[in-house]
Amino acid sequence: MSVSKRRAILSMPARYAINGVLMILLVVCLQALTASGALTGYYTKILILVGINIILAVSLNVATGYLGQLPLGHAGFMAVGGYTSGIFLKSVDVGQASGGQYVFYVIAAIVLSGIVAAVFGILIGIPALRLKGDYLAIITLGFGEIIRVVITNIDSVLGFDFTYGASGLKRIPKVTNVLNVALCIILTCLVIHMVMKSRHGRAILSIRENEIAAESCGVNTTYYKVMAFTISAFFAGVAGCLYAGNLGSLQPGGFGFMKSIEILVMVVLGGMGSMLGSILSAGVLTVLPEALRGFSEYRMVVYSAVLILMMIFKPTGLLGDYDFSLSRILERIGIGRKPQKKEAAK
Amino acid sequence: MALLSVSDINVYYGAIHAIKGVSFEVNEGEVVTLIGANGAGKSTTLKTISGLLHPKTGGVEFQEKSLLGVKPHKIVEMGLAHVPEGRRVFLQMSVEENLEMGAYTRPGSEVDPGLEKVYAQFPRLKERRKQTAGTLSGGEQQMLAMGRALMSSPRLLMLDEPSMGLAPILVDQIFDIIQSLHKAGTTILLVEQNAQMALSVADRGYVLETGKIVTSGTGAELLNDESVKKAYLGG
Repeated sequence: MSVSKRRAILSMPARYAINGVLMILLVVCLQALTASGALTGYYTKILILVGINIILAVSLNVATGYLGQLPLGHAGFMAVGGYTSGIFLKSVDVGQASGGQYVFYVIAAIVLSGIVAAVFGILIGIPALRLKGDYLAIITLGFGEIIRVVITNIDSVLGFDFTYGASGLKRIPKVTNVLNVALCIILTCLVIHMVMKSRHGRAILSIRENEIAAESCGVNTTYYKVMAFTISAFFAGVAGCLYAGNLGSLQPGGFGFMKSIEILVMVVLGGMGSMLGSILSAGVLTVLPEALRGFSEYRMVVYSAVLILMMIFKPTGLLGDYDFSLSRILERIGIGRKPQKKEAAK
Repeated sequence: MALLSVSDINVYYGAIHAIKGVSFEVNEGEVVTLIGANGAGKSTTLKTISGLLHPKTGGVEFQEKSLLGVKPHKIVEMGLAHVPEGRRVFLQMSVEENLEMGAYTRPGSEVDPGLEKVYAQFPRLKERRKQTAGTLSGGEQQMLAMGRALMSSPRLLMLDEPSMGLAPILVDQIFDIIQSLHKAGTTILLVEQNAQMALSVADRGYVLETGKIVTSGTGAELLNDESVKKAYLGG
């Protein structure tokens, strides 16, 4: 009487290889489209914006969908990442850098903004995650606002030229392009996917399901809550870096409470706990306001109506907690090994 | 030396003195029960042992190591499994995933043998292993919570009111399971309001009243004790 496990249809390396090839194809296509000029500047901008929002939504989904908390300060982490990379890129003078150096600086900026945002994630997560539900929402909201207000006022208080206060950090080298956004999305999804499939991921999910039960199973709940929150903050910082490199200027006003809500709406609409859902809804909710530009007076009405109808008719979001699985699709179209007959449960 | 010894613990909820100098022991292979009315401090005692609450004074020793200041997840690793009150299962995970979570502190190689052991003990769970836990009945969820705790191969299993909110026939089933676990050599600390059932399966019992132990003895002694009869067994 053996206990049968869910068996993979394809071996792990094969699945990673297929996914890898698909991703490379995607990146090559995007690169070809932009290089050939088929994508105009306007569409490239929208594509980059979609990409940044995807990273934001997917990263917030770790804290909201997988950990089951409701943090409302995601824009704060994005701001930390954005300002970190802005200050870094300005200080190293990227414009004069040679090819290899340029790539190094861009990567350094992305990693650095992720790390600084993650440090803030830990600092805020440790006190905030002692609370639950609405209390956590309010305390993270407060921290998000604190970050914004500090960025606005730190220069005049300390007498630096650091964040340039309300007038904004300007002339940041525009390092963001379709290619590095695409790579960041792929890395974000890959890292989050691998964490969630590991035993750490299981621990995070068990906290969402029932914290007391998780604790009685021997899960270090404080550690994993802070860990999920930190991963979430890290990638928000990465998104902030790309945002800074896209716009070329940063204003603290752009990282207010509404920005956090905007990201949260993407996650909720896509389905909490579904990575594919976050990706799709980030795309839809970024493109929708643009597509509705023609009816500019009505677009916010349509946008809100879509959200209300969604919550009434499908409160679990577009995809619920369904997630993309390459092996499942391959199985359906008949490629790869047939699934082993599961022993009939008696 | 006892497997678990609790000595003179005092636990407070803020200003409320919930546990007033409780001491007891659980020896290897025994079923020991703590009985008492609502608010007597039974669950508080268990929570103190598993590290969720901290006593102001007194000591808790498990396998001759103090548990004071040890984090709850470390205590589970040491072999002390706590089945919390009210069937806390992971409602959206399948039965099997719930059980796998139970083996969280154990190396991966122990998962499959553990599952087989639990399924042998709870055939009902094996039938439903692909079902999500939320679709199980109350009794099945209680079995799942117990099975999940057994997955960590505990030296001591602490059950907090396993009969709570269950139909009488299910209560009988749960106590049958407790007895068969006992026969298989599991040490159990059982907290119950259902004194009759608890004492009938227990080797020894302690009666808690407003945070103090008022009587103790073997299961049979307590069942026949006049004051216990009056207070808990309905005359």
